Amino acid sequence: MTQQLRGVGIGLGIAQGPIARMAEPLPAPDDAPSLLGVAEETARARAAVSAVARELEERGAAAGGAAQDVLEAQAMMAEDPSLETEIDDRLSQGRTAEWAVHDAFASFRETLAAMGGYLGERAADLDDVAQRVIARLRGVPAPGLPDPGHPYVLVARDLAPADTALLDLDRVLALVTSEGGPTSHTAILAREKSIVAVVGVSGAEALLDGHTVVVDAAGGAVTVDPSAEDLERAARRADARAAAASAPITPGALADGTPVPLLANLGKAEGAEEAVSLGAEGVGLFRTEFLFLSAATAPTIGQQREAYERLLAAFRGKKVVVRVLDAGADKPLAFLNDAHEENPALGLRGLRALRASEDVLREQLTALAEADAAVRASGEAADLWVMAPMVATVEETVYFTALAREYGIRTAGVMVEVPASALLADRILAHADFASIGTNDLTQYTMAADRLLGSVASFQDPWHPAVLRLVREVGAAGVALGRPVGICGEAAADPLLAVVLVGLGATSLSMAPTALADVRASLLAHTLDDARHVAEAALAADDAASARTAARAASPTHREADQ
Amino acid sequence: MTASTRTVRIGSAHGLHARPAKLFAQAAKDAGMPVTIAKDAGAPTNAASILGVIALGIDQGDYVTLTADGDDAERVLDTLSELLATDHDA
Repeated sequence: MTQQLRGVGIGLGIAQGPIARMAEPLPAPDDAPSLLGVAEETARARAAVSAVARELEERGAAAGGAAQDVLEAQAMMAEDPSLETEIDDRLSQGRTAEWAVHDAFASFRETLAAMGGYLGERAADLDDVAQRVIARLRGVPAPGLPDPGHPYVLVARDLAPADTALLDLDRVLALVTSEGGPTSHTAILAREKSIVAVVGVSGAEALLDGHTVVVDAAGGAVTVDPSAEDLERAARRADARAAAASAPITPGALADGTPVPLLANLGKAEGAEEAVSLGAEGVGLFRTEFLFLSAATAPTIGQQREAYERLLAAFRGKKVVVRVLDAGADKPLAFLNDAHEENPALGLRGLRALRASEDVLREQLTALAEADAAVRASGEAADLWVMAPMVATVEETVYFTALAREYGIRTAGVMVEVPASALLADRILAHADFASIGTNDLTQYTMAADRLLGSVASFQDPWHPAVLRLVREVGAAGVALGRPVGICGEAAADPLLAVVLVGLGATSLSMAPTALADVRASLLAHTLDDARHVAEAALAADDAASARTAARAASPTHREADQ
Repeated sequence: MTASTRTVRIGSAHGLHARPAKLFAQAAKDAGMPVTIAKDAGAPTNAASILGVIALGIDQGDYVTLTADGDDAERVLDTLSELLATDHDA
């Protein structure tokens, strides 16, 4: 029977296919005495080891190439004679096959892990083999990514970074998770790789291997055992979307022609080419942390200038918004602040840390101004804007913009990530040339929920009307003072939320380059009046989930998609 | 007794780690007689044990001593020595 589950869709995609579940890691076996006797336990252990080795060899033969070598090596580990001796020792002491396998593998694992480096990494291969053998003994599916031998819809509780690294993107049709929100690893991966995903789906635990589902990210829905009609409609939408993705790239604009420049979030100059090819009209957030992370001391002006020159030269004639160093909280830097803080997110971070080490800020501004001049001297200049992170007060705004202008920076602005600066946006924008709203931090500070803490992850949703009200304050101040208000952060990459943000007064959107096509299509389907109407619907809701639902109901395109 | 011993210098750029370790342990297993491998003056390990071979942490240029015990020991050592002296990662 057809059944529909709801969750948070990532992007606008739709896909269909058979489910393969990611099995959960197995708990360690108990060291209980065997009730079966040594001979039977030995036979069980031998059979399980041999079955796992054959299975790994078969998978290797099917995979070929480098994967075959790894899988064959794992098969040999399973049947390793030294390991067999260790297992037999334990079995002869009256242990169960499960415990003997677990403990014997663990002893080898420790030897390898202690050697570190490449050999230490092989410990993970060994763990995988041990889990497979124990799963076989228990008659349960082996943990980890499934390998059904055909393309599949991956259903998991949530994906860890290690899992996402191993995903075969040619095989995974869509992702469905029962946990995790819009900023989970699964969601980030889905956005980066343009995989259709619905996360935080309640009821996903009950989905069974082999059943067909339609995964509709635009509708935030998973349809289980869909009708032939459902499948056909999904296929039609997938085709239409593929056609839209290959549609000519036009500058970001609403249906009525109102321009909304679509910009890229970049962390390195190397990403420039890809961003331009995906239609980025400039850079809305260039993070400079990469120059500083893993450095014991600040990079020199020369090193910085070189990196900024490469970036600016890649965007001649286009806007490039550079954020000065944003250290602290999730990205601590020893040379800026090595004091232990109880609440680093509320501590000496962002502009506060730079102010405490003003030479670092002055050097960065020097390098930026020099890079700008050098690019200008060799052809058309880029339109360089520079902004400060974590600005909380008008006084900080005055400090930063004055200092930036002292170094010849033409356009100096601030990031709005703290509710205080959103509420006083009209005073802040009287001094700053522009504001850029960092929705991830703004959500964290509005909801008083640590972004990095899984137990409060459900609070980290930029759709929350409290966050949207703050965005409205900034948008209104921007309109009143004629100052641009950009959005950078995960929120701008959500195609419907992007419409809401424009309705609230955002004048440009910056996101991971892979999100550009979906957001461009979504904007083109709404007029400015539509966008305001959708934004009002979201603002009137009580919480994030109902804001999303209300916005969908108010949007002409999403109403259609839901029918 | 027909036990034979030979000392070989490792040719693989990545030592006896991933793929070369697998190829070597597989060949030792297929030899049909007990074969041991020792690094420098260390204790001999069952050469058919991929885990034992990996755990020796053998790098390119290291010297290892192989011992085979069986009727055809010399031929087995020829095969295994050639395997070890070859750079499989080239």
